[in-house]
Amino acid sequence: MEEVAFFVGAIGALGGAIAVIALRNPFYSVLALVVHLVSLAGLFLILHAEFVAAAQVVVYAGAIVVLYVFVAAYVGGIEEPLWEPIPGQRLLGPLLAAALFIELSIAVLGSALSSLDSQGPTIALGFGSPSTIGELFLERFLIAFEAASMLLLIAAVGAVVLAGRRAAPSEQEQP
Amino acid sequence: MSATAYGWLVVAFPLAGSLVCGLGFRKLPGRSAGWIATGAIFAAFVSAIGALFMLLDHSASDRELTSSLYDYASAAGLDIQLGILVDPLSVFMALVVSGVSALIHLYSVAYMTSDRGFARYFSYLNFFVFSMLLLVLAGNFVLLIVGWAFVGFASYALISFWYRRGTATAAGMKAFVINVIGDIGLVLAAFFLFRELGTFDYLEVFDAAPDAFSANDGTIVAICLLICVGAFAKSAQLPLHTWLPDAMEGPTPVSALIHAATMVTAGVYLIARTHVLFVLAPTAADIAAFTGLATLIFAASVALVVTDLKRIIAYSTISQIGYMIVGVSIGAYAAGLFHLMTHAFFKALLFMAAGSVIGAMAGAQSIDRMSGFRRALPFTSPLLAVGALALAGAPPFSGWLSKDEILVFAAERGGFYWIFAIGGYLAAAMTAFYAFRITFRVVTGEPCPEARELEQGHLAHAEPTNPMTGEPEDTDVGFPGPEHHIAERDLPMKVAMAVLGVLATIGGAVQIPGVTDVIDTFLAPTFESSPFAGTVPSDSSAYLGLLVGAAMAASGIGLAYYLYVVAPGTTERLRARAHAAYEFLSHKWYFDELYDAVVYRPVIALGSFANSVFERFVVQGIVAGTAGAVKGVGVIIRDAQSGFVRAYALLLVGGFAALGLYFLIVSS
Amino acid sequence: MDITWYLVLSALLFATGAAGVLIRRSPLVILLCLELMLNAGNLALLAFGRANGDQDAQVFALVVMVVAACEVVVGLGLIVAMYRRRLPLNVDDMRSLRG
Repeated sequence: MEEVAFFVGAIGALGGAIAVIALRNPFYSVLALVVHLVSLAGLFLILHAEFVAAAQVVVYAGAIVVLYVFVAAYVGGIEEPLWEPIPGQRLLGPLLAAALFIELSIAVLGSALSSLDSQGPTIALGFGSPSTIGELFLERFLIAFEAASMLLLIAAVGAVVLAGRRAAPSEQEQP
Repeated sequence: MSATAYGWLVVAFPLAGSLVCGLGFRKLPGRSAGWIATGAIFAAFVSAIGALFMLLDHSASDRELTSSLYDYASAAGLDIQLGILVDPLSVFMALVVSGVSALIHLYSVAYMTSDRGFARYFSYLNFFVFSMLLLVLAGNFVLLIVGWAFVGFASYALISFWYRRGTATAAGMKAFVINVIGDIGLVLAAFFLFRELGTFDYLEVFDAAPDAFSANDGTIVAICLLICVGAFAKSAQLPLHTWLPDAMEGPTPVSALIHAATMVTAGVYLIARTHVLFVLAPTAADIAAFTGLATLIFAASVALVVTDLKRIIAYSTISQIGYMIVGVSIGAYAAGLFHLMTHAFFKALLFMAAGSVIGAMAGAQSIDRMSGFRRALPFTSPLLAVGALALAGAPPFSGWLSKDEILVFAAERGGFYWIFAIGGYLAAAMTAFYAFRITFRVVTGEPCPEARELEQGHLAHAEPTNPMTGEPEDTDVGFPGPEHHIAERDLPMKVAMAVLGVLATIGGAVQIPGVTDVIDTFLAPTFESSPFAGTVPSDSSAYLGLLVGAAMAASGIGLAYYLYVVAPGTTERLRARAHAAYEFLSHKWYFDELYDAVVYRPVIALGSFANSVFERFVVQGIVAGTAGAVKGVGVIIRDAQSGFVRAYALLLVGGFAALGLYFLIVSS
Repeated sequence: MDITWYLVLSALLFATGAAGVLIRRSPLVILLCLELMLNAGNLALLAFGRANGDQDAQVFALVVMVVAACEVVVGLGLIVAMYRRRLPLNVDDMRSLRG
């Protein structure tokens, strides 16, 4: 049962990822990303990370993707030129990425990781539940929690400043 | 004050004079620099006399006094003091040097009056006297070498004093280079001595040497030969003599002081000082003696034909120093030093007279152009004759007694040392000949145009030219001044020459065989350890030697009289008939050409090879190649800075993949 | 399920994201590919956390999500700013930092 769920989630995630990088229209890429994220949420559920899965759907697929959608709509379709200015990039890019994947796989498959228990240790009830995550956040990882909040604040302010409607130089040049 | 205190004063006064003249050359009014310098040397002479009296207060066996001012180096087995040694030999040398120098300074005050480098001249001259006195008073080899080097520098500075003259600067460089060769020899000798005996101090070395070395030990012979190299370079002996005739480019008082009376005698002093070592290495002493003999014959032969007045006297100096070297090498220490003293007197006198004559000739120096000055220069001419008589060894002048004392000692030693006596007497005849060649040419005969002008009371004037090459010059700074000076008109020159004339005449009286013995007894404590201290020629052989010497002088003077006074023109006919011999002699036995071919050209060739091949390809190749390589790498790296973000990302991913590969390989 | 599967999947997703970053020229799509890579990392984290029975991994994953959100915010702000100034939205045209 678990295997089936895994494979469904895996194919969804993989398909979404490939669609993201392959589709021409950025809007379609964003939609493919949604598929990818929801599949990943499914995988997280299998891994007993319920709260993270929920957060994935709500925050990632909910908020972040919506941001993407807004900007994609605002910016519009971008025509990517066909020719490649950097010599060898089109060939080397995927090649190196593939090399990276192969190395990681060798590392994972050939190393002592295979000695890990295939099921993992028996986990306690409440593993991955919001209450335990909340306890962890507010007790052991309080500083990380606060820092993350600060980061969010700064990012928001920064984004407003960056994209804020102030007199652009090109508008100022007009008499 | 003690003798050593006087000793320090002897050295201090000229140094102070040099500094005052040198640093204050703009501030000193008029000609006061000359008087300050002369006063400093007179003060040094007085201090030397003081040292002499203080030394005589000590008993004869206690006359080796040292005094150290400053501990120069006192670590790691070294013990070098800034110290002087006051003993009979050094006091004798100090007296001769400071006395003659004082007179020459006096002469220079008048001679260099119109020269724009007046203060610089006296600063250099005082510095020279300081270095020479330091050299003779030094108490260890290190200070000796310091004085030696300073003297070499002073000589260079004074030879090329008229620095705008190309020939003068070339001569200065030549002198300096040959002096450096001598310095190398002396320094190596000092190092070897230190390695063998562990000390540089004279008294310690001379005490330890007889125990440390067996007779004719290879090391001690090497040390003595290296000392000889130094001595020969400084004293212009074969084969390091070529600098001295060229050194006549300097002002005439400089020639008188440095290249006749004092600096060139430093080699003689050195061999006399290190006689303990030479006694242990008879081979080296004999080599030195034979070199001196060869030199004295060679130089006398060249002086027979050269036509520049100062150069004749220069070759005469080389020859006479050959006598002194023979003297101190075969063991006649007192005789050699006695000849040093008398030579200082009459050679300085000759140069001074020559200076006066050249002044009357408005700067021309060739004796072919000079004649008949006896009426025009009534003071200079007799003094020139006095100097020539003393040089020739005519009785009763000082040169006669001193030269023959050496030769008689050589005969007394017997065996193959007779060759020195015979060679010395033959050369004495040649000496007499060329001494009177000068005298008869300059003084007798029909007055030349300049002499006639002077008889009418008007000093000749000519456009300033280089006396050797004839090219016209200026009278600005770096050239001789516009005026010419003769003794008849300048009192300081007259006084100096008169004093030297008296000394050249009666100076021999201190060492008349069988009658007086001043120098022998005075110097005896220094040389008492020598095996030759007992070799004293009998009075009869001494008188015989004097007789032979007088006969040689008479024959030389007679021949000169015949060739130049009785039958003038004979020399031209002789020259035409013995043309090859004449060329050989007048080219100074082709020594300059030999050195040019053997030393100079190969070195220059090596230098230009190094420049064109080694420098251009190897050194420049490495340097430019390195720069080029770095630049090339920079070009490659610059291409990587394309500005494309995706290219950077590619490199990032590529690098990461490579790193991962490395770790995979390493951990497997 | 053997966690090896999750790890290999995570590596594959990461490589895909990396390839996308290298190939695509639109800044928007590049940001999307960055999201892929971040999520791949999250997957690996959670897999390890499950294998070791450690909930710290989930906390870590949440913080990663927060950081990703901030980064997206700033990145999209940049894209909007670029669009406003009529700059071409092509990563290859931003090369004034070339050496």
